[in-house]
Amino acid sequence: MTAYLLKRLAIALITLVLASMVVFAVLEIIPGDPARLMLGMNASADQVDLLRNQMGLNAPLASRYLHWAGGLLSLDFGRSYTYSVPVIDLVRERVVVSLPLALIALALSTIIAIPVGLFSAGRHGRAGDTIAMGAAQLGVAVPNFWFALMLIYLFAVWLRLVPAGGFPGWSAGVWPALKSLFLPAIALALPQAAILARVTRSALIEVLNEDYIRTARAKGLPYRAVLWRHALRNAMIPVLTILGLQFAFLLAGTIIIENVFYLPGLGRLVFQAITQRDLIVVESVVMLLVAAVIAVNLLVDLSYAVVDPRLRSRQ
Amino acid sequence: MSLLEIEKLSLSIGNTPILRDVELSVAPGEVMGLVGESGSGKSITALTVMQLLPWAARATGRVTFDGIDILAASEDQMCALRGDDIGMVFQEPMTALNPVKTIGEQVAEGIRWHTRASRADAEDHARKMLDRVGLPAAQFPLSRYPHELSGGQRQRVVIAIACALKPKLLIADEPTTALDVVLQAQILDLLRDLVAENRMGLLLISHDLAVVTEMADRITILRHGEVMEAGDTARTLSEQLHPYTRQLAQASMHVPARARTHEVGLDNPLLQGAKPLLQVDSVTRDYPGRRKSLLKRAAPIRAVDDVSFSIDPGQSVALVGRSGCGKSTLARMVLALDGPTSGTIRFRGQVITGKSEAELKPARRDMQVVFQDPYGSFDPRLKVEKLVAEPLHVLEKKPTNAERREMVAKALHEVGLSPRDMDKYPHEFSGGQRQRLSIARAIITRPKLVVADEPVSALDVSIRAQVLDLFAELNQKLGIAYVFITHDLTVARAITDAVMVMHDGKIVERGRTSEVLDHPQSEAAKALVAAAPDLHRAIARRLHEQG
Repeated sequence: MTAYLLKRLAIALITLVLASMVVFAVLEIIPGDPARLMLGMNASADQVDLLRNQMGLNAPLASRYLHWAGGLLSLDFGRSYTYSVPVIDLVRERVVVSLPLALIALALSTIIAIPVGLFSAGRHGRAGDTIAMGAAQLGVAVPNFWFALMLIYLFAVWLRLVPAGGFPGWSAGVWPALKSLFLPAIALALPQAAILARVTRSALIEVLNEDYIRTARAKGLPYRAVLWRHALRNAMIPVLTILGLQFAFLLAGTIIIENVFYLPGLGRLVFQAITQRDLIVVESVVMLLVAAVIAVNLLVDLSYAVVDPRLRSRQ
Repeated sequence: MSLLEIEKLSLSIGNTPILRDVELSVAPGEVMGLVGESGSGKSITALTVMQLLPWAARATGRVTFDGIDILAASEDQMCALRGDDIGMVFQEPMTALNPVKTIGEQVAEGIRWHTRASRADAEDHARKMLDRVGLPAAQFPLSRYPHELSGGQRQRVVIAIACALKPKLLIADEPTTALDVVLQAQILDLLRDLVAENRMGLLLISHDLAVVTEMADRITILRHGEVMEAGDTARTLSEQLHPYTRQLAQASMHVPARARTHEVGLDNPLLQGAKPLLQVDSVTRDYPGRRKSLLKRAAPIRAVDDVSFSIDPGQSVALVGRSGCGKSTLARMVLALDGPTSGTIRFRGQVITGKSEAELKPARRDMQVVFQDPYGSFDPRLKVEKLVAEPLHVLEKKPTNAERREMVAKALHEVGLSPRDMDKYPHEFSGGQRQRLSIARAIITRPKLVVADEPVSALDVSIRAQVLDLFAELNQKLGIAYVFITHDLTVARAITDAVMVMHDGKIVERGRTSEVLDHPQSEAAKALVAAAPDLHRAIARRLHEQG
């Protein structure tokens, strides 16, 4: 078990270092001089060069990479070119919106998907299954911003239960902040839940054909107990894999929903930074997301070992 | 008064009739053997008693267990019966246990469910049951997971689950088919003891007539969903009144006629021909031990230990031993699919160990392989022509399409199939026909040696007899030498000249087949011979017991 853990950890660290190199290199290659962008089109070449020196842009590539990477380790991400504030402050402001949003959406999607998957697999090929999977098909097909608009219309405009958009900040109190995250979380969660329900169902159906399910039935356990106690845990590996991928997407891939609900999240920060050539912000946020994805994958790998004892003893 | 009474049971799945007017009964303390070939409806009969049928199945007739009408029982009533009054043991122990739960949890689960016992009490009971089936606490604590157990040990756990609540009826569906003969004998002994201890009724389902004869008081023979003959085991099998019973009995004892046997002693190198076909010289194969921590590994596992032997052209040799004795590893090295840790293997005088694929090509042409599972060894999307022609890529000159078709047609003809079968897909063939296809694939390059790994153990007895005949015939006609890897001594006796008995990676005994099997010297060989079910012997013993 320890060896499995250490090996996974080592792989995660190596991936992180390689990813940081790729992120750094890609942003070096793309055109656009941040110094000229900051000073405007009328600045002289001398002025631009001076600023480039100040920003350290004229130093050799390797030393700039090391400086940048070293900064990341001490959470010093540098200063934004456009806002002239430390990047870490920008990121902190956004993470407190994006992370809770992603977690709520993920929790919702799991809470919806697992029971639907169990329901469908238990009625494999019958009417209930067909209806549930038809609904899931719809959930996958309908774009989430459309869902979002419908939700705004229903809950905000018509029922007036929650605000239609914006984020009051956590300082306004936990309940108002949560309320403003409620609709975007549902809009994000439904399509994810649809995918997850389908994965859960097919994983369960495969497991239900295994011999040990018959053994459990021969013990006298009713079908539902067999489904929950024996099938579900064995079907967890593909479900966990998809959950890990979905978390990564929910953390950063939510720009459309953030726009629809006018939320100050990470997605919008990156989008704005890209249009403004604020490379230092782009680099930092992308690295942060990479680190988050790698951490989640590590977590998923470890949860495999919790679910399946065979992975614990085999190295 | 019968415990289980099946009357006029007919069953169909969709529009396909599976069973017709099946009659069967089991009394308390009685062993009823249900025999038949694959597809005869044995397992469906068992699943009907358990009411674990696929939901499209429709049954008519009467099934009464202990006064309860099973076909009319509600699901709740059935849940109360299953695992409590009726236990069931299945064929494939490797997959019968849930891989993510400990054996303790799995044995205790049914106990808790039926008796509402506390966790501690149920675990206590589970512990006693595991002790009873021969899994003592010291080596097999409740916290063990199924993957840490061998096949025989897993089957003991399954039996512990089935018998934990002292069921009145135990249904065992091919409980030993996946195990080697020694394990089979142990498991059968255990079942017999459990029957005697609790006056439990046992419905033993098997395709193996010898196993059923050793175990069962009465026997029911099923074919295509109909009962052919039923009655006292010894009388039914000694009189063999029904033609199908006779056919089954003869097929299980079948020995192919071989005009010319190869009388060369393996044990005496002086008697060997001048030019052996295959020469194995002190071959050893180590596998790295399990990693204990990041830096430490357990000592390597020696799968094959200093093995030497040689085979003459046209000779048929059996490599017998229990599962895990190293026979398959040895075969893989003979086929140059795996390299030995030390030692050399010569094929037709050429060293084949440590050679590149290109250098091995001439040797590959002359050695082919037939695997155990005729279902798993074909790509279902390829036509027979492609499948049988697969080994032709090792020929020096690539045959033209016409030549290829001709070669395939010839090979099909030789194994008793029609050249017209060339354009069919594997699923259009029965199990026995598929094994013929794999033999056709093996002989198409005119090999000098065929290695066959349990080639008939997945086949029904009558088909097995035909396939054994085919092997014998090809040996006579084409002079192919065989290495048969098997734990089934009747196969070894049927078609081999010499036997090598393997145990713990070593060859512990070798000699003429009849001599070794009739007068085994080593412990390993004696154990194999003693455990091997034998129909003649079993019938004789039953008759003797009955006076």
